[in-house]
Amino acid sequence: MPQDFLGRIWYILDNNWMSFLTGAVNTMIIAIVSTLIGCVIGFAVGLVQTIPLNKKDNPLKKGVLYLVRLILNIYVEVFRGTPMMAQAMFIYFGSSAVFGINMSMWFAAFFIVSINTGAYMAETVRGGILSIDPGQTEGAKAIGMNHVQTMTYVILPQALRNIMPQIGNNLVINIKDTCVLSTIGIVELTYTTRSVSGALYTYFEAFSIAMVIYFILTFACSRLLRMWEKRMDGSDNYDLATTDTLAHTSGLYKYTGREEERD
Amino acid sequence: MSREEVIRIHHLSKTFGKNVVLRDIDFSVCAGDVTCIIGASGSGKSTLLRCLNLLETPTTGEVYFHGQDITKNGIDEAAYRSKVGMVFQSFNLFNNMTVLDNCMIGQIKVLKKKKAQARESALSFLEKVGMAPYINAKPRQLSGGQKQRVAIARALAMEPELLLFDEPTSALDPQMVGEVLDVMKKLAQEGLTMIIVTHEMAFARDVSSHVVFMSDGVIAEEGKPDQIFNHPRNPKTTEFLSRFMRG
Repeated sequence: MPQDFLGRIWYILDNNWMSFLTGAVNTMIIAIVSTLIGCVIGFAVGLVQTIPLNKKDNPLKKGVLYLVRLILNIYVEVFRGTPMMAQAMFIYFGSSAVFGINMSMWFAAFFIVSINTGAYMAETVRGGILSIDPGQTEGAKAIGMNHVQTMTYVILPQALRNIMPQIGNNLVINIKDTCVLSTIGIVELTYTTRSVSGALYTYFEAFSIAMVIYFILTFACSRLLRMWEKRMDGSDNYDLATTDTLAHTSGLYKYTGREEERD
Repeated sequence: MSREEVIRIHHLSKTFGKNVVLRDIDFSVCAGDVTCIIGASGSGKSTLLRCLNLLETPTTGEVYFHGQDITKNGIDEAAYRSKVGMVFQSFNLFNNMTVLDNCMIGQIKVLKKKKAQARESALSFLEKVGMAPYINAKPRQLSGGQKQRVAIARALAMEPELLLFDEPTSALDPQMVGEVLDVMKKLAQEGLTMIIVTHEMAFARDVSSHVVFMSDGVIAEEGKPDQIFNHPRNPKTTEFLSRFMRG
């Protein structure tokens, strides 16, 4: 093995690049899929939390909604309030020991990260919905939209735009936090790095590589999401539509300087 | 005159907590009427208008729309609102849609019209308010007066039987006030039934067929514009108008 730092890094990469690649790919698969599922859970919970209640609604609806919200609140508080690593052990090893449920390692991984993301996203989505000017809801109601239509066409598209930075945040956090899944045996980036470094006692070098890979993954994701946000905002300009194609609306006419040429 | 009564308010009151905002309001509007509601800020004008559209639930009393009490339980509020348009002081255009989509969405989703048909009628109403060239703009790219004209077109596109205006010009500068009032004047002349909460006294005097003066949550005086503005009977009306007409 080479004696200098860069030489050792090169040596490790040369011999273990396949392990690092597998680890990075697994990390990204878990992070992206779980963030997406987590967003779906978050939107569902956030929507239930913001259903308006009216004095005139029947007591059954009120009761059911109250109960559902109570359960959802417990879910959010429990999963936000306990460490994901503890949850991973509790759910993966606990479910097989106590209930005899043998879930596959991968199912457990997706389940744990998704449900965690969901708990955070629920509050984010609720905040996103509350951040939209109540005037938007009133405008929608005033043309006869019901609550579902108002949410679907007016509020959620605007709320989604507002919480995009937070979704990006969650993705970045998930890319990093999947490392806790190594405790239940998922072969993600931290797990592979540990195996590589353990074999040759090269912790410093192997984890240097891992950190660079983690940073590239998170940085690329956050830039991509930023570009997506820009696209959601749409163009800053708009075209004036004139029915009479011969008429120039003022400000649209481009001075070409041809008249001077003619002289 | 025996025109059909569109809306009738019967003993309507509204309280927020212990605060009584509206007290025992009674009045009615017939088809083709242009009713202006005037009064000092805080006199309950806007709350009254919002009660008519059920954006606020009246505490007691009834609102009859073509003889049907719409404050009863089990009334389809959305269906009622699709027949009664509303124009807001703060415009409330949908920020995530273009001008054209703002005027089409209600027709497509609520009235279940075909897209092409909705587009055609949206364009004709935008034409009417002078905003047809701006169909591709987003609300954030428009001036206040332009936004309000689009908001009027959006309300008109639902072809409402009654159109409510909640201080439509209060957030605008004098020039924009003019362009919005011109549109409203045109609608009044075409015979659209309107209830307008406004501080534009000249407009109320010249355009309305009926004026309601509100003070401290009650209707202090109502009548023809000529009577209210030139021969007010209630001293409160005289005092209120003198403040406006002085300048």
